[in-house]
Amino acid sequence: MKPSAFDYQRVARVEEAIDLLARHGEDAKILAGGQSLVAMMNYRLVEPKLLIDITGIEGLASIEEKGGFVDVGAAVTQARLMAWPALAERLPLLAKAMPHIGHFQTRSRGTVCGSIAHSDPSSELPLVLATLGGQVVLRSKRGSRTLAADDFQTGPLSTAREPDEMVVAVRFPVRQAGAGYAFDEVTQRQGDFAICSVAAVATAQEVRLGVGGVAGRPTVTRLSGAALANPDGALNAFAWELGGSDDIHATAQYRRQLVRRIGRRIIEEAQSCRS
Amino acid sequence: MSKHVINVTVNGEAHAVEVPAKRLLADFLRDDLLLTGTKRGCETGTCGACSVLIDGEVVKSCLNLAVQADGRSVTTVEGLGQGTNLHPLQTSFMEQGGLQCGYCTPGFLMAAHDLLSRNPSPSEEEIREGLSGNLCRCTGYQGIVDSVKNAAEKMHGR
Repeated sequence: MKPSAFDYQRVARVEEAIDLLARHGEDAKILAGGQSLVAMMNYRLVEPKLLIDITGIEGLASIEEKGGFVDVGAAVTQARLMAWPALAERLPLLAKAMPHIGHFQTRSRGTVCGSIAHSDPSSELPLVLATLGGQVVLRSKRGSRTLAADDFQTGPLSTAREPDEMVVAVRFPVRQAGAGYAFDEVTQRQGDFAICSVAAVATAQEVRLGVGGVAGRPTVTRLSGAALANPDGALNAFAWELGGSDDIHATAQYRRQLVRRIGRRIIEEAQSCRS
Repeated sequence: MSKHVINVTVNGEAHAVEVPAKRLLADFLRDDLLLTGTKRGCETGTCGACSVLIDGEVVKSCLNLAVQADGRSVTTVEGLGQGTNLHPLQTSFMEQGGLQCGYCTPGFLMAAHDLLSRNPSPSEEEIREGLSGNLCRCTGYQGIVDSVKNAAEKMHGR
Protein backbone atom coordinates (compact mmCIF):
# COMPACT_ATOMS: atom_id res chain seq x y z
CA MET A 1 0.00 0.00 0.00
CA LYS A 2 2.67 2.44 -1.11
CA PRO A 3 2.68 4.50 -4.28
CA SER A 4 5.12 3.68 -7.04
CA ALA A 5 7.92 6.15 -7.73
CA PHE A 6 7.15 9.56 -9.23
CA ASP A 7 8.53 13.08 -9.52
CA TYR A 8 6.93 15.92 -7.60
CA GLN A 9 6.83 19.54 -8.60
CA ARG A 10 5.24 22.40 -6.71
CA VAL A 11 4.16 25.26 -8.97
CA ALA A 12 3.33 28.87 -8.14
CA ARG A 13 1.33 29.78 -11.25
CA VAL A 14 -1.37 28.14 -13.39
CA GLU A 15 0.82 28.75 -16.46
CA GLU A 16 3.54 26.51 -14.99
CA ALA A 17 1.03 23.76 -14.27
CA ILE A 18 -0.49 23.74 -17.75
CA ASP A 19 2.97 23.93 -19.30
CA LEU A 20 3.91 20.73 -17.45
CA LEU A 21 0.59 19.12 -18.43
CA ALA A 22 1.21 20.01 -22.10
CA ARG A 23 4.63 18.33 -21.92
CA HIS A 24 3.75 15.26 -19.87
CA GLY A 25 0.07 14.66 -20.76
CA GLU A 26 -1.35 11.50 -19.21
CA ASP A 27 1.89 10.78 -17.31
CA ALA A 28 1.20 13.79 -15.10
CA LYS A 29 -1.50 14.29 -12.47
CA ILE A 30 -2.58 17.42 -10.70
CA LEU A 31 -2.19 17.12 -6.91
CA ALA A 32 -4.41 19.34 -4.78
CA GLY A 33 -5.62 17.72 -1.56
CA GLY A 34 -4.77 14.24 -2.81
CA GLN A 35 -7.57 12.60 -0.83
CA SER A 36 -8.72 10.50 -3.78
CA LEU A 37 -5.50 10.55 -5.79
CA VAL A 38 -3.09 9.39 -3.06
CA ALA A 39 -5.47 6.58 -2.05
CA MET A 40 -5.62 5.45 -5.70
CA MET A 41 -1.81 5.70 -5.89
CA ASN A 42 -1.42 3.65 -2.71
CA TYR A 43 -3.60 0.97 -4.29
CA ARG A 44 -1.49 1.43 -7.47
CA LEU A 45 -4.66 1.92 -9.45
CA VAL A 46 -2.90 4.98 -10.89
CA GLU A 47 0.85 5.35 -11.28
CA PRO A 48 1.60 8.87 -12.47
CA LYS A 49 5.18 9.76 -13.35
CA LEU A 50 4.78 13.37 -12.25
CA LEU A 51 2.64 15.05 -9.60
CA ILE A 52 2.05 18.78 -10.07
CA ASP A 53 1.17 20.34 -6.70
CA ILE A 54 -1.13 23.33 -7.31
CA THR A 55 -1.97 24.16 -3.70
CA GLY A 56 0.55 27.02 -3.66
CA ILE A 57 -1.11 28.87 -6.56
CA GLU A 58 -2.57 31.96 -4.96
CA GLY A 59 -5.15 32.65 -7.67
CA LEU A 60 -6.80 29.27 -7.06
CA ALA A 61 -7.55 29.82 -3.38
CA SER A 62 -10.65 32.00 -3.75
CA ILE A 63 -14.37 31.55 -3.15
CA GLU A 64 -16.12 34.33 -5.02
CA GLU A 65 -19.71 35.12 -6.00
CA LYS A 66 -20.13 36.68 -9.41
CA GLY A 67 -22.79 36.66 -12.13
CA GLY A 68 -25.18 34.28 -10.37
CA PHE A 69 -22.48 31.72 -9.55
CA VAL A 70 -20.15 31.02 -6.66
CA ASP A 71 -16.76 30.26 -8.21
CA VAL A 72 -14.63 27.92 -6.12
CA GLY A 73 -10.93 27.79 -7.02
CA ALA A 74 -9.03 24.53 -7.43
CA ALA A 75 -7.03 24.93 -4.21
CA VAL A 76 -10.07 25.48 -1.95
CA THR A 77 -10.53 22.61 0.50
CA GLN A 78 -13.91 21.17 1.36
CA ALA A 79 -13.44 22.29 4.97
CA ARG A 80 -12.85 25.87 3.80
CA LEU A 81 -15.97 25.96 1.68
CA MET A 82 -17.99 24.48 4.58
CA ALA A 83 -16.69 27.29 6.77
CA TRP A 84 -17.54 29.97 4.18
CA PRO A 85 -19.92 32.26 6.12
CA ALA A 86 -22.38 32.70 3.21
CA LEU A 87 -22.66 28.97 2.39
CA ALA A 88 -26.10 28.27 3.89
CA GLU A 89 -27.54 31.49 2.47
CA ARG A 90 -26.07 31.35 -1.07
CA LEU A 91 -25.58 27.60 -1.63
CA PRO A 92 -28.14 25.83 0.58
CA LEU A 93 -27.91 22.50 -1.26
CA LEU A 94 -24.15 22.38 -0.69
CA ALA A 95 -24.63 23.31 2.97
CA LYS A 96 -26.92 20.27 3.33
CA ALA A 97 -24.73 17.87 1.33
CA MET A 98 -21.23 18.73 2.48
CA PRO A 99 -21.40 17.24 6.02
CA HIS A 100 -21.91 13.87 4.28
CA ILE A 101 -18.56 14.10 2.43
CA GLY A 102 -15.96 11.76 3.91
CA HIS A 103 -14.71 12.71 7.35
CA PHE A 104 -13.04 15.64 9.09
CA GLN A 105 -9.66 14.09 8.20
CA THR A 106 -10.40 14.09 4.47
CA ARG A 107 -12.38 17.35 4.24
CA SER A 108 -9.49 19.24 5.84
CA ARG A 109 -7.29 18.39 2.83
CA GLY A 110 -9.62 17.30 0.02
CA THR A 111 -10.57 20.01 -2.43
CA VAL A 112 -13.93 20.81 -3.97
CA CYS A 113 -12.56 20.82 -7.53
CA GLY A 114 -10.54 17.66 -6.88
CA SER A 115 -13.67 15.69 -6.00
CA ILE A 116 -15.39 16.93 -9.16
CA ALA A 117 -12.34 16.16 -11.33
CA HIS A 118 -12.14 12.67 -9.76
CA SER A 119 -15.80 12.13 -10.75
CA ASP A 120 -16.75 9.27 -8.48
CA PRO A 121 -20.41 8.48 -9.23
CA SER A 122 -21.07 8.05 -5.47
CA SER A 123 -19.56 11.39 -4.43
CA GLU A 124 -21.69 14.24 -3.14
CA LEU A 125 -20.05 17.22 -4.88
CA PRO A 126 -20.48 15.94 -8.47
CA LEU A 127 -24.14 15.24 -7.66
CA VAL A 128 -24.74 18.72 -6.25
CA LEU A 129 -22.98 20.34 -9.22
CA ALA A 130 -25.11 18.33 -11.68
CA THR A 131 -28.37 18.96 -9.84
CA LEU A 132 -27.78 22.71 -9.65
CA GLY A 133 -26.66 22.84 -13.30
CA GLY A 134 -23.18 24.10 -12.42
CA GLN A 135 -20.09 24.48 -14.56
CA VAL A 136 -16.46 23.39 -14.66
CA VAL A 137 -13.73 25.76 -15.85
CA LEU A 138 -10.75 24.10 -17.58
CA ARG A 139 -7.44 25.65 -18.62
CA SER A 140 -4.73 24.42 -20.97
CA LYS A 141 -2.04 26.03 -23.10
CA ARG A 142 -4.66 25.97 -25.86
CA GLY A 143 -6.91 28.26 -23.87
CA SER A 144 -9.80 28.16 -21.41
CA ARG A 145 -13.22 26.53 -21.70
CA THR A 146 -16.25 26.19 -19.48
CA LEU A 147 -18.34 23.03 -19.57
CA ALA A 148 -21.74 22.31 -18.06
CA ALA A 149 -21.51 19.68 -15.31
CA ASP A 150 -23.57 17.34 -17.50
CA ASP A 151 -21.01 17.60 -20.32
CA PHE A 152 -18.00 17.36 -17.98
CA GLN A 153 -19.01 14.27 -16.01
CA THR A 154 -19.03 11.51 -18.61
CA GLY A 155 -18.96 8.36 -16.46
CA PRO A 156 -17.39 6.62 -13.46
CA LEU A 157 -14.01 8.28 -12.79
CA SER A 158 -14.09 9.77 -16.28
CA THR A 159 -14.63 13.31 -17.48
CA ALA A 160 -14.35 15.40 -20.63
CA ARG A 161 -11.03 16.82 -19.40
CA GLU A 162 -8.26 16.41 -21.98
CA PRO A 163 -4.86 15.23 -20.68
CA ASP A 164 -3.35 18.70 -21.12
CA GLU A 165 -6.16 20.45 -19.24
CA MET A 166 -6.60 21.21 -15.56
CA VAL A 167 -9.72 22.15 -13.63
CA VAL A 168 -9.12 25.67 -12.31
CA ALA A 169 -12.57 26.31 -10.82
CA VAL A 170 -16.07 24.98 -10.46
CA ARG A 171 -19.10 27.27 -10.56
CA PHE A 172 -22.16 26.60 -8.40
CA PRO A 173 -25.36 28.53 -9.29
CA VAL A 174 -26.49 30.59 -6.27
CA ARG A 175 -29.80 30.07 -4.50
CA GLN A 176 -32.80 30.72 -6.75
CA ALA A 177 -35.33 33.06 -5.14
CA GLY A 178 -38.21 31.03 -3.75
CA ALA A 179 -36.64 27.63 -4.40
CA GLY A 180 -36.37 24.80 -1.84
CA TYR A 181 -33.40 22.45 -1.53
CA ALA A 182 -33.00 19.00 0.01
CA PHE A 183 -30.35 16.28 0.17
CA ASP A 184 -29.97 12.86 1.76
CA GLU A 185 -28.08 9.65 1.19
CA VAL A 186 -27.76 6.08 2.42
CA THR A 187 -24.31 4.84 3.42
CA GLN A 188 -23.00 1.93 5.44
CA ARG A 189 -21.48 4.35 7.93
CA GLN A 190 -21.23 8.13 8.28
CA GLY A 191 -19.02 9.57 5.55
CA ASP A 192 -18.76 6.47 3.37
CA PHE A 193 -19.44 6.59 -0.34
CA ALA A 194 -23.17 6.72 -0.98
CA ILE A 195 -25.06 3.58 -1.96
CA CYS A 196 -27.65 6.06 -3.18
CA SER A 197 -27.68 9.84 -2.78
CA VAL A 198 -30.50 12.17 -3.75
CA ALA A 199 -30.57 15.95 -4.20
CA ALA A 200 -33.51 18.13 -5.19
CA VAL A 201 -34.27 21.72 -6.15
CA ALA A 202 -37.96 22.62 -5.98
CA THR A 203 -39.36 25.72 -7.67
CA ALA A 204 -42.97 26.77 -8.24
CA GLN A 205 -42.99 25.00 -11.64
CA GLU A 206 -40.83 21.90 -11.24
CA VAL A 207 -38.47 19.76 -9.19
CA ARG A 208 -34.98 18.98 -10.45
CA LEU A 209 -34.05 15.65 -8.92
CA GLY A 210 -30.45 14.35 -9.02
CA VAL A 211 -29.36 10.84 -8.04
CA GLY A 212 -25.83 9.62 -7.34
CA GLY A 213 -24.43 6.17 -6.60
CA VAL A 214 -26.80 4.26 -8.91
CA ALA A 215 -25.87 5.04 -12.54
CA GLY A 216 -22.27 5.56 -13.70
CA ARG A 217 -22.54 9.29 -13.13
CA PRO A 218 -24.85 11.68 -11.29
CA THR A 219 -28.07 11.87 -13.26
CA VAL A 220 -30.73 14.58 -13.14
CA THR A 221 -34.40 14.43 -14.11
CA ARG A 222 -37.04 17.18 -14.11
CA LEU A 223 -40.50 16.54 -12.72
CA SER A 224 -43.46 18.83 -13.31
CA GLY A 225 -47.23 18.75 -13.80
CA ALA A 226 -48.87 15.33 -13.37
CA ALA A 227 -45.53 13.58 -12.69
CA LEU A 228 -44.99 15.90 -9.75
CA ALA A 229 -48.53 15.60 -8.42
CA ASN A 230 -48.02 11.84 -8.07
CA PRO A 231 -44.27 11.24 -8.30
CA ASP A 232 -44.17 7.48 -7.57
CA GLY A 233 -44.66 6.49 -11.20
CA ALA A 234 -42.04 8.94 -12.42
CA LEU A 235 -39.61 7.82 -9.70
CA ASN A 236 -40.09 4.20 -10.68
CA ALA A 237 -39.38 4.99 -14.33
CA PHE A 238 -36.32 7.03 -13.29
CA ALA A 239 -35.05 4.20 -11.07
CA TRP A 240 -35.20 1.76 -14.01
CA GLU A 241 -33.55 4.32 -16.30
CA LEU A 242 -30.65 4.62 -13.81
CA GLY A 243 -30.38 0.83 -13.63
CA GLY A 244 -27.55 0.45 -11.12
CA SER A 245 -25.38 -2.59 -10.61
CA ASP A 246 -24.72 -5.17 -7.92
CA ASP A 247 -21.56 -4.73 -5.91
CA ILE A 248 -20.15 -5.60 -2.49
CA HIS A 249 -22.21 -2.82 -0.85
CA ALA A 250 -25.67 -3.31 -2.34
CA THR A 251 -27.70 -4.89 -5.11
CA ALA A 252 -29.03 -2.95 -8.09
CA GLN A 253 -32.56 -3.76 -6.88
CA TYR A 254 -31.88 -2.21 -3.46
CA ARG A 255 -30.42 0.89 -5.12
CA ARG A 256 -33.51 1.31 -7.31
CA GLN A 257 -35.72 0.94 -4.26
CA LEU A 258 -33.73 3.68 -2.52
CA VAL A 259 -34.30 5.96 -5.53
CA ARG A 260 -38.06 5.46 -5.13
CA ARG A 261 -38.13 5.88 -1.34
CA ILE A 262 -35.53 8.60 -0.74
CA GLY A 263 -36.57 10.31 -3.97
CA ARG A 264 -40.12 10.70 -2.73
CA ARG A 265 -39.01 12.02 0.66
CA ILE A 266 -36.48 14.46 -0.78
CA ILE A 267 -38.97 15.83 -3.33
CA GLU A 268 -41.41 16.52 -0.49
CA GLU A 269 -38.71 18.01 1.71
CA ALA A 270 -37.48 20.35 -1.04
CA GLN A 271 -41.04 21.48 -1.78
CA SER A 272 -41.80 22.06 1.89
CA CYS A 273 -38.76 24.31 2.39
CA ARG A 274 -39.55 26.57 -0.58
CA SER A 275 -39.58 30.15 0.67
CA MET B 1 12.17 9.93 -8.68
CA SER B 2 12.68 13.43 -7.34
CA LYS B 3 13.96 14.08 -3.81
CA HIS B 4 13.12 17.12 -1.74
CA VAL B 5 14.42 18.72 1.42
CA ILE B 6 11.40 19.50 3.56
CA ASN B 7 11.28 21.84 6.52
CA VAL B 8 8.68 20.62 8.91
CA THR B 9 8.00 21.25 12.58
CA VAL B 10 6.91 18.10 14.40
CA ASN B 11 5.62 18.41 17.96
CA GLY B 12 7.36 21.78 18.22
CA GLU B 13 10.72 20.57 16.94
CA ALA B 14 12.04 21.80 13.59
CA HIS B 15 13.37 19.24 11.11
CA ALA B 16 15.03 19.61 7.69
CA VAL B 17 15.05 16.19 6.06
CA GLU B 18 15.53 14.98 2.50
CA VAL B 19 12.73 12.66 1.40
CA PRO B 20 11.81 10.97 -1.87
CA ALA B 21 8.63 12.34 -3.46
CA LYS B 22 6.75 9.11 -2.78
CA ARG B 23 7.36 9.11 1.00
CA LEU B 24 3.98 9.12 2.77
CA LEU B 25 3.72 11.41 5.76
CA ALA B 26 2.92 8.38 7.96
CA ASP B 27 6.14 6.68 6.85
CA PHE B 28 8.14 9.89 7.28
CA LEU B 29 6.95 10.22 10.88
CA ARG B 30 7.52 6.56 11.75
CA ASP B 31 10.57 5.58 9.70
CA ASP B 32 12.51 8.85 9.33
CA LEU B 33 11.70 10.53 12.66
CA LEU B 34 11.08 7.26 14.57
CA LEU B 35 7.83 8.62 16.00
CA THR B 36 6.07 5.28 16.05
CA GLY B 37 3.01 6.45 17.98
CA THR B 38 1.32 7.13 14.65
CA LYS B 39 0.06 3.77 13.37
CA ARG B 40 -0.12 2.43 9.83
CA GLY B 41 -3.40 0.60 9.32
CA CYS B 42 -5.07 0.36 5.93
CA GLU B 43 -2.84 2.93 4.17
CA THR B 44 -5.76 3.79 1.92
CA GLY B 45 -7.59 6.38 4.00
CA THR B 46 -10.21 4.11 5.54
CA CYS B 47 -9.18 3.32 9.11
CA GLY B 48 -7.86 6.60 10.54
CA ALA B 49 -5.13 4.90 12.66
CA CYS B 50 -2.56 7.28 11.13
CA SER B 51 -4.45 10.49 11.99
CA VAL B 52 -2.23 13.45 12.90
CA LEU B 53 -2.69 17.22 12.91
CA ILE B 54 -1.28 19.47 10.19
CA ASP B 55 -1.39 23.12 11.25
CA GLY B 56 -3.96 22.10 13.87
CA GLU B 57 -6.33 20.29 11.46
CA VAL B 58 -6.73 16.52 11.60
CA VAL B 59 -5.60 14.58 8.51
CA LYS B 60 -4.85 10.97 7.58
CA SER B 61 -1.08 10.81 7.24
CA CYS B 62 -1.30 7.89 4.77
CA LEU B 63 -3.15 10.16 2.33
CA ASN B 64 -0.58 12.93 2.59
CA LEU B 65 2.88 12.96 1.09
CA ALA B 66 5.73 14.10 3.32
CA VAL B 67 6.56 16.79 0.73
CA GLN B 68 3.09 18.26 1.22
CA ALA B 69 3.97 18.94 4.87
CA ASP B 70 6.86 21.20 3.84
CA GLY B 71 6.65 24.48 5.75
CA ARG B 72 3.92 23.16 8.02
CA SER B 73 3.55 22.11 11.62
CA VAL B 74 2.64 18.50 12.43
CA THR B 75 1.39 17.20 15.76
CA THR B 76 1.47 13.46 16.49
CA VAL B 77 0.24 11.58 19.55
CA GLU B 78 3.72 12.07 21.05
CA GLY B 79 2.95 15.79 21.05
CA LEU B 80 -0.25 15.43 23.08
CA GLY B 81 1.37 14.34 26.32
CA GLN B 82 4.43 12.50 27.55
CA GLY B 83 5.25 10.02 30.31
CA THR B 84 3.26 10.92 33.39
CA ASN B 85 2.20 14.29 31.97
CA LEU B 86 -0.75 13.06 29.93
CA HIS B 87 -3.37 15.04 28.04
CA PRO B 88 -6.88 14.89 29.61
CA LEU B 89 -8.00 12.86 26.57
CA GLN B 90 -5.34 10.26 27.32
CA THR B 91 -6.26 9.94 31.00
CA SER B 92 -9.95 9.73 30.05
CA PHE B 93 -9.25 6.92 27.59
CA MET B 94 -7.46 5.07 30.42
CA GLU B 95 -10.21 5.67 32.97
CA GLN B 96 -13.24 5.07 30.74
CA GLY B 97 -12.07 1.97 28.87
CA GLY B 98 -11.52 3.82 25.61
CA LEU B 99 -9.19 1.13 24.33
CA GLN B 100 -8.53 -2.56 24.33
CA CYS B 101 -5.66 -3.54 22.02
CA GLY B 102 -4.70 0.12 21.64
CA TYR B 103 -3.67 0.07 17.98
CA CYS B 104 -6.32 2.55 16.84
CA THR B 105 -5.95 4.75 19.95
CA PRO B 106 -3.41 7.32 18.69
CA GLY B 107 -5.65 8.01 15.69
CA PHE B 108 -8.74 8.34 17.87
CA LEU B 109 -6.89 10.69 20.24
CA MET B 110 -5.89 12.98 17.37
CA ALA B 111 -9.39 12.98 15.86
CA ALA B 112 -10.89 13.65 19.31
CA HIS B 113 -8.39 16.44 19.89
CA ASP B 114 -9.44 18.06 16.60
CA LEU B 115 -13.12 17.66 17.52
CA LEU B 116 -12.73 19.26 20.97
CA SER B 117 -10.71 22.15 19.54
CA ARG B 118 -13.63 22.95 17.22
CA ASN B 119 -16.42 22.00 19.59
CA PRO B 120 -15.47 22.01 23.32
CA SER B 121 -18.77 20.46 24.49
CA PRO B 122 -19.94 18.04 21.82
CA SER B 123 -23.11 15.97 22.11
CA GLU B 124 -22.83 12.18 21.83
CA GLU B 125 -23.99 12.42 18.20
CA GLU B 126 -21.35 15.05 17.45
CA ILE B 127 -18.67 12.88 19.07
CA ARG B 128 -19.69 9.92 16.91
CA GLU B 129 -19.64 12.11 13.80
CA GLY B 130 -16.27 13.57 14.76
CA LEU B 131 -14.79 10.09 15.15
CA SER B 132 -16.48 8.60 12.08
CA GLY B 133 -13.21 8.59 10.13
CA ASN B 134 -11.64 6.15 12.62
CA LEU B 135 -12.18 2.42 12.99
CA CYS B 136 -11.86 0.38 16.19
CA ARG B 137 -12.30 -3.39 16.02
CA CYS B 138 -12.26 -4.03 19.79
CA THR B 139 -14.29 -1.64 21.87
CA GLY B 140 -17.61 -1.30 20.09
CA TYR B 141 -16.96 2.46 20.35
CA GLN B 142 -19.03 3.13 23.48
CA GLY B 143 -15.94 3.35 25.70
CA ILE B 144 -14.32 5.74 23.23
CA VAL B 145 -17.38 7.99 23.10
CA ASP B 146 -17.55 7.98 26.93
CA SER B 147 -13.84 8.86 27.09
CA VAL B 148 -14.23 11.88 24.82
CA LYS B 149 -17.29 13.05 26.72
CA ASN B 150 -15.38 12.67 29.99
CA ALA B 151 -12.37 14.56 28.63
CA ALA B 152 -14.57 17.42 27.42
CA GLU B 153 -16.04 17.71 30.93
CA LYS B 154 -12.57 17.63 32.55
CA MET B 155 -11.19 20.24 30.18
CA HIS B 156 -14.04 22.60 30.94
CA GLY B 157 -14.14 22.05 34.67
CA ARG B 158 -17.58 20.49 34.79
